[in-house]
Amino acid sequence: MASDELKLLGTWTSPFALRVQLALSFKGLSYENVEEDLKNKSELLLTNNPAHKKVPVLIHNGKPVSESQIIVQYIDEAFSGTGPTLLPTDPYERAIARFWAAYVDDKLLASWLQSFRGKREEEKAEGLKQTLVAVEHMEGAFKDCSKGKPFFGGDSVGYLDITVGCLISWAHAGEKLYGFKIFDADRSPLLNAWMERFGALDAAKKVLPDADKLVEYAKMRQAEAAASASNN
Amino acid sequence: MAAKEYLKLLGIDVSPFAIGVHMALVMKGVNYEYIAEDLSNKSELLVSSNPVHKNVPVLIHSGNPICESLVIVQYVDEFFTGAGVPSILPADPYERAIARFWAAYVDDKFFPAMAGIVLVPTEQKRVQKVKETSAAIELLEEAFTVCSKGKAFFSGDSIGYVDLALGSLLIWIETIRRMCGLEIISASKTPRLAAWAERFGETAAAKKVVPEADQALQYGKKLQAAVSAAATSKSK
Repeated sequence: MASDELKLLGTWTSPFALRVQLALSFKGLSYENVEEDLKNKSELLLTNNPAHKKVPVLIHNGKPVSESQIIVQYIDEAFSGTGPTLLPTDPYERAIARFWAAYVDDKLLASWLQSFRGKREEEKAEGLKQTLVAVEHMEGAFKDCSKGKPFFGGDSVGYLDITVGCLISWAHAGEKLYGFKIFDADRSPLLNAWMERFGALDAAKKVLPDADKLVEYAKMRQAEAAASASNN
Repeated sequence: MAAKEYLKLLGIDVSPFAIGVHMALVMKGVNYEYIAEDLSNKSELLVSSNPVHKNVPVLIHSGNPICESLVIVQYVDEFFTGAGVPSILPADPYERAIARFWAAYVDDKFFPAMAGIVLVPTEQKRVQKVKETSAAIELLEEAFTVCSKGKAFFSGDSIGYVDLALGSLLIWIETIRRMCGLEIISASKTPRLAAWAERFGETAAAKKVVPEADQALQYGKKLQAAVSAAATSKSK
């Protein structure tokens, strides 16, 4: 039986690449981690994700899979005999997990990014408003999915824990940079507790980047943006 | 004794997302009740079944609501299985990943670009949307060659996941042609997709579900009028 070769093209700051690393870590799979320079994309990245030219890309025995949520589902299905099963087995629970996973990227993450990246103050304010709505929905989702247990997946980590879990380091970094805690204890006590719990797991600690390093990185990017703006 | 399975689909006739779900249910041969919503006056059932987005389509199965068209199609595929029941997604994990990738591409890149052609308020933005749509359909033309492997549909001999995702937009591709003369799929620029589109339209599921393009045209004109009105009142 041929051994599986797994290569992950990503960047240490990308929550989407982290999402895949979390899945690989929780499944107990070995892989080669390739750090891309997005200002100088490798031939490997460009040929393996020609449609989007983005990270992450998982290359399994030479065959590429792109888009983080699709990659995580692929890992779960291709390695169904290895480690825990990430997606629920019941079709209805799977549909609920997929619904909320789509919501995380389309609504929660999108509005959160707008709240600090928006070009005008009113854009940022709108982003913040939408983020608060999204967090409220996610808190409800956690309550419904966990049914009183510690994770979205129940007793153990599942698809949705990994989908949301990749935001944790940036959640901590965001608090230090902007004073805004996305999963605040008052607004979202369940998610607040879940975040600490998830972050303490060995499989998560293995791959979660250091929040302070993300803060340094963000400050460096802000300085670069300011410098190029004043040069124009 | 188990409760009788009861399926209700909330949608609107011209919604490509509802059309995709409709077709999936027809392909599976299951019985369901279709409820046409009025989006300007949403029903209590719709709002309570999809409190997060308050939008169509929603599939309600024995009282349990499922939302988001691609999530619903995967649910229908996974729940309704058995001898003689066609599969919508392939069995192989890698082929599933490829199918999911292209369906997501249709939803996240192609559809917003194409919808933008009639919905954006300025000519400059419209030109940008036309460019994006062109680039996207070119990529999909290539994807068709790779996925179909010489067969009739993205999925092979019969329609599958990507066919549903792109095929349910054909009525709007035709509507855009009628509204502004732009041919997104054409025999000259995208010959394979043009041939595929004809074959898609001839399938039993498409013939049963897809409404006349005229219906979409009326709806499209209303949407465009609303966008112009909003743009005009903004500039006052």
